[in-house]
Amino acid sequence: MNLAATNESLAEISNYLIYSSMAVYTLAFFAHMAEWLFGSRSKVARTAAALTAGDGGQGGREAAAPAVTVGTAGGTAVLDRPKVVTRATGGARDVPDGPGAHGGTAKGDLYGRIAVSLTVLAFLLEAAGVASRALSVQRAPWGNMYEFSTTFSTVVVGVYLVLLFAGKNVRWAGLPLVTTVLLDLGLAVTVLYTESDQLVPALDSYWLWIHVSTAIFCGAVFYLGAVGSILYLFRDSYEAKLAGGGTPGRFATSVLERLPSAATLDKFAYRVNAAVFPLWTFTIIAGAIWAGDAWGRYWGWDAKEVWSFITWVAYAAYLHARATAGWKGRKAAYIALIAFLTFLWNYYGVNMFVNSLHSYAGV
Amino acid sequence: MGSTSMNGSGKGTGEGGDGSGGPVEDTGAPAGAVRTAEERDLGEAGARLSTAPVEGAAETAAGAPGLGPVGWARWFWRQLTSMRVALILLFLLSLGAIPGSLIPQNSIDETKVAAFRERHETLAPLYDSLQFFDVYSSVWFSAIYLLLFVSLIGCIVPRSWQFVGQLRSRPPGAPRRLDRLPAYTTWRTEAEPEQVREAALAMLAGRRFRAHRAGDAVAAEKGYLREAGNLVFHVSLIVMLVAFAWGQLFKSEGGKLVVEGGGFSNTLTQYDDFRSGSLFATDDLTPFSFVLDSFTGTYAKSGPERGTPRTYEAAVTWSTPEGTERKQVIEVNRPLEVDGTKVYLNGHGYAPVVTVRDARGEVVFQDPVPLLPIDSNVTSTGAIKVMDGYRGPDGEKDQLGFQAFFVPTFAGAGEGDMFSQFPGLEFPVLALTGYHGSLGVDSGLPQNVYQLDTSKMEQFKAANGEVLKQRLLPGETMQLPDGAGSITFEKDVREWATFQITRQPATGWALSGAIAAIGGLAASLFVQRRRVWVRAVRGEDGVTVVEMAGLGRSESAKLPEELGDLALALNAQAPTAPEPVDATAEGATT
Ligand code: HEM
Repeated sequence: MNLAATNESLAEISNYLIYSSMAVYTLAFFAHMAEWLFGSRSKVARTAAALTAGDGGQGGREAAAPAVTVGTAGGTAVLDRPKVVTRATGGARDVPDGPGAHGGTAKGDLYGRIAVSLTVLAFLLEAAGVASRALSVQRAPWGNMYEFSTTFSTVVVGVYLVLLFAGKNVRWAGLPLVTTVLLDLGLAVTVLYTESDQLVPALDSYWLWIHVSTAIFCGAVFYLGAVGSILYLFRDSYEAKLAGGGTPGRFATSVLERLPSAATLDKFAYRVNAAVFPLWTFTIIAGAIWAGDAWGRYWGWDAKEVWSFITWVAYAAYLHARATAGWKGRKAAYIALIAFLTFLWNYYGVNMFVNSLHSYAGV
Repeated sequence: MGSTSMNGSGKGTGEGGDGSGGPVEDTGAPAGAVRTAEERDLGEAGARLSTAPVEGAAETAAGAPGLGPVGWARWFWRQLTSMRVALILLFLLSLGAIPGSLIPQNSIDETKVAAFRERHETLAPLYDSLQFFDVYSSVWFSAIYLLLFVSLIGCIVPRSWQFVGQLRSRPPGAPRRLDRLPAYTTWRTEAEPEQVREAALAMLAGRRFRAHRAGDAVAAEKGYLREAGNLVFHVSLIVMLVAFAWGQLFKSEGGKLVVEGGGFSNTLTQYDDFRSGSLFATDDLTPFSFVLDSFTGTYAKSGPERGTPRTYEAAVTWSTPEGTERKQVIEVNRPLEVDGTKVYLNGHGYAPVVTVRDARGEVVFQDPVPLLPIDSNVTSTGAIKVMDGYRGPDGEKDQLGFQAFFVPTFAGAGEGDMFSQFPGLEFPVLALTGYHGSLGVDSGLPQNVYQLDTSKMEQFKAANGEVLKQRLLPGETMQLPDGAGSITFEKDVREWATFQITRQPATGWALSGAIAAIGGLAASLFVQRRRVWVRAVRGEDGVTVVEMAGLGRSESAKLPEELGDLALALNAQAPTAPEPVDATAEGATT
């Protein structure tokens, strides 16, 4: 049939696009490596300076001392925006953010920019791959794990790029992201690959669009949060060591020195996790409504439901930990990581190893 | 950090002032760190910026209640309603949910539990005693979530009162040193201090701050929605739990197989199987009935997934005692809903129509016989039982039983085995072997309608002494030996569908709770609660000094930005005075 033929060729095009995006991600990976390499030649040591200067951890507090009088310098015609002085709060280490992977070197920065451009290109290829897959099957491209995985990494990179172009300080995430996206795609095209086809009736519902798209989006954002939390943990021990008068190893110094400060990373992780938590709540509720339509009960403690619930409770615990004395900082970060692991397990583990009604994994 | 004293009326005044109570804040500040002199200057500025419980109260009491039963009870209650214990209970809840996802559960699939018991003879009793086959209704799991919800209620009630109190009272006055706050700005103006304060009050009120004058300053606060949202969220959790529990107690759920042309009416006796919650009463069943007009299944015809189902549709006509009669198509994701009861389509198969004649040639059986699918191409098996009316060649009463094997799409003659090649009805073939004797239906034991108990039956043999076995195409007849009668596979293969009929009350409550929870959560996480102070006093040289400062429950990048906007707006009404010519401030500007 004619229609079937176009579909098959579209599916093939999709595969080519995914492979091309993998090739470009690989190039982006090397460009990021070059960025880190050239950046390591810089000798900034801002963190160490901030943390070991005279009054130690109190360094940042001075920032607030000179209350700057602002306004129009001379005439009254120009209305300058009054300058706001900000001040770090109670006891936090006031450490400047690292300069980023390029370490302030022009060459490193150039490679970093190349890496970002390549990432944009790879993202476009991958997104086109996902879109053509969707067209080839005439439905949402989330019917099996191959499709989940490709969409998932597309969304991760998409969110990262959006944050980057919105001027947020996230370029530090470039290398870990590109690396894991390559791993994810590698898994997808080998272990998880499934021929394109239509859906079984149980999956054929507009709730698929709602529930699965938000689930994938939440996963992508949670992943960014987890990357932030991991780097926070490293950076925090580095800062703690410096503040305690120790000297971290050369490699650790070279890498961690260039990352944002622990406080910034922690805040980043918190913000993305908190921002997406209501959406995750919605995802579970949408799933329950769908289950109510498809299976006659909105909650039945199916393995997938149990693990979504666990993920939800774990992230709620993280939010509570942030608001509870004695649990902030590292402990909260560990909870966030555990929470993300439960998400991953729900995504890979339950699909592959646990017997569940949601066994559409196609593997 | 903040929660230590944010709401501590009368308790510490210190860290509250740093405004770090919220989630988007500092790290690593040890709770109860030594306060500096400036921090004490902040006074009550940060107090009552949230209703989070006073962390530390529980710990202080932890040492020695030593106050008799009342003291203990109070101590226990404090512990239970502390954030720390809530956190631990949340942990336990997620840990406790895990075994249920890995071990088969009675509530989901009893046959799997039985299989598990057979495979693990030593583990099973242990699991039994730990209630691992019924995790979600086990004593320990219930204990965790009930404690959590008691803790939640114990936390919400006082927080709500506190919040009401905060709504009634006014934002606290300006701390002595505004420049110690997280965001600060100042300028000099020729406007009178009184004028500036007036303008500030109007400007803040215009931006929906709750503002009032306090001494030489204006104090304002905004973002109460955060707290309200947080309370709504936690209350909604309770609503959802209660609705869920209510639904479990009163629910009813059962299955029914209906052949095309057949029907179902919603009374207990009509169900093939039925389960209900412990408080369910029979007259809770919604009175209605339906007839299955037709069932249609379509399947992928080609490609690698040939045979994969595409659509299942059950066309029904349903009616209520009041006389409404309507037609509707039930699909997998689209149940029929009658007055709170939902009818789901959840399975299908074939029911070939067969006619059995006895030795006299009289029709003793003519019905569609539903057969159970054993694979995804709907290869089906089942039994045909002729219980009464049959008379053998000698005229004596007897019973007949046939084992039936059915394929909707036969591989073709000579292709060996009887396994269907496709789930659609393309080349139906029915294979039969027959028995006569006692079906054993009177033995008093419940019998599976799809299985034949041949222990008291004798198999028909062909003339050559071999077992009588025949494959029939529609319209064909198998003769029984010795003129014992015949069985005909009519040119009529009906489809059957299984329906699940469920009623779970309070679903609406659960849904409303869920929606409120999301709304509350969004408000609680996205709204910033913050305070702004504007102080205007006459400086030593007679020029008015305006100082503005902001403090958030959560330190956010937006706070300084907002303060900048406010300052700009106020600056328009209280323009910056020219610098004194001697320009002492000149150096400071850089
Ligand atoms: C079913 C269990 C619970 C869930 C899912 C839950 C969820 C949440 C969430 C998501 C937040 C927002 C956190 C934030 O603002 O950063 C929150 C805040 C809060 N929860 Fe819970 N909660 C639960 C139980 C409890 C219990 C039992 C208590 C009382 C002990 C409690 C007390 C609080 C308080 C005081 C806050 C405000 C924290 C703040 O704004 O910093 N929660 N809760």
